[in-house]
Amino acid sequence: MIAIVDYRAGNLTSVKKALDQVGADSVVTSDPEVVSLAEKIVLPGVGHFSATAHLADSGLRDAIANTIRRGVPFLGICVGLQWMMESSEEAPEVPGLGIWPGECVRFPASVKSPHVGWNQLEFRDGPSRLLRGIPSGSYVYFTHSYRVPLLANTVAESEYGGRFSAVVEQDRMFGVQFHPEKSGAIGLRLLENFCSLRVTAGSCDPEVLTEQNVD
Amino acid sequence: MLTKRIIACLDVDAGRVVKGIRFLNLKDAGDPAELAAAHSEAGADEIVLLDISATHENRNTLLETVRRTARQLFIPFTVGGGVRTLEDAGAIFDAGADKISMNSAAIATPDLITEIANRFGSQAAIVAIDAKRDEKTGGFEAWVQGGRRQTGQNAITWARQAEDRGAGEILLTSMDRDGTEQGFDCELTKAVADSVRIPVIASGGAGNAQHFTEVFKEGHADAALAASIFHFGLRSIAELKQQLQAAGIPMRCAC
Repeated sequence: MIAIVDYRAGNLTSVKKALDQVGADSVVTSDPEVVSLAEKIVLPGVGHFSATAHLADSGLRDAIANTIRRGVPFLGICVGLQWMMESSEEAPEVPGLGIWPGECVRFPASVKSPHVGWNQLEFRDGPSRLLRGIPSGSYVYFTHSYRVPLLANTVAESEYGGRFSAVVEQDRMFGVQFHPEKSGAIGLRLLENFCSLRVTAGSCDPEVLTEQNVD
Repeated sequence: MLTKRIIACLDVDAGRVVKGIRFLNLKDAGDPAELAAAHSEAGADEIVLLDISATHENRNTLLETVRRTARQLFIPFTVGGGVRTLEDAGAIFDAGADKISMNSAAIATPDLITEIANRFGSQAAIVAIDAKRDEKTGGFEAWVQGGRRQTGQNAITWARQAEDRGAGEILLTSMDRDGTEQGFDCELTKAVADSVRIPVIASGGAGNAQHFTEVFKEGHADAALAASIFHFGLRSIAELKQQLQAAGIPMRCAC
């Protein structure tokens, strides 16, 4: 069962619908216990970074952090990715989960903001489980005003008033700035890749675990 | 590179897609869910569904239509028409829309823009402006209620205010060009696009590929919307995008 975390930020209908479409068994939940028991977690997000404060208030933050620590695959979408960073200029008083170092920053005044529309993914060197079967240069749908800088774990970047992280991937932790649930066949393929990651249960050491269906 | 967007619009009345000329003379164009899926398949970057009757009795019909249309759609989906309250918007989002387009209600109650933006994010709050040239002043005026009532508001000033209130995009329709297939109003589009820092979707008057090229190059539009030329099979979106790409407009091509 995949837990789609509901933290009252925007609507989750389209994420749920896309997971249904790729045949994944998922549930929309705001219950920390359901999150703790999930095989995988998806943290969607549209809207304001400050909405993520609800994750800490509701106990979801701890549940997510503990579950990630046990090696359960996690996918953050849009604000969900931004929350995996330390913080965001959009709401400096709200801490992110801090999986990756740095701050989300606003687009420069030289470009219109929000960045809305279909932009290209440019893959960096190195394998990605999330992007399996997807060609570099593919178009995906973005809508956001803040962006994650390029990181050591960035596997795909995009360009809009400068380069930024479009896909970040480290061990079982994945984040995408665009909306795979709104990116047509490419987005569905990415979600399918995430949903079909197989994780050998019973071990806590990521080095010992294997993703059996990695190409 | 960020592409320019081609948006297919479904004007819906009582659960069916219709299309008129200058907001009148409606004719039937088919089933919204089927047309949306076909446009998505053909390469549309987004789908907009506007409930043009938007009467109170039709709300449940609309929600069912939205639900049915959203089911198999995996590209951005905007719904507008008759959105008067945050609750109206909430019901439409629950039915599967990604963005709400508001028009008359936004002018009557500009706080509605802020409420929707705060609750669902600015990216979900589109303000639609129906603009008509004032022959006396040469300026553009915003009209409401499906083009039936003047507001006395300058369309450009209103667009700026909508941005300040939290709108994430402006859907700008030229009433003078709507349904005429004589080309977008590039002057109107440029005036608005150059005055705001949010994306502007140009609408009204699309007839051929050249019109799209003009509105992107001269009108500075971020996206262009059309209805009848797509529904009645005059031109497939894939073919249009190929032509625009060849004309130097960045497009997301399945081609």
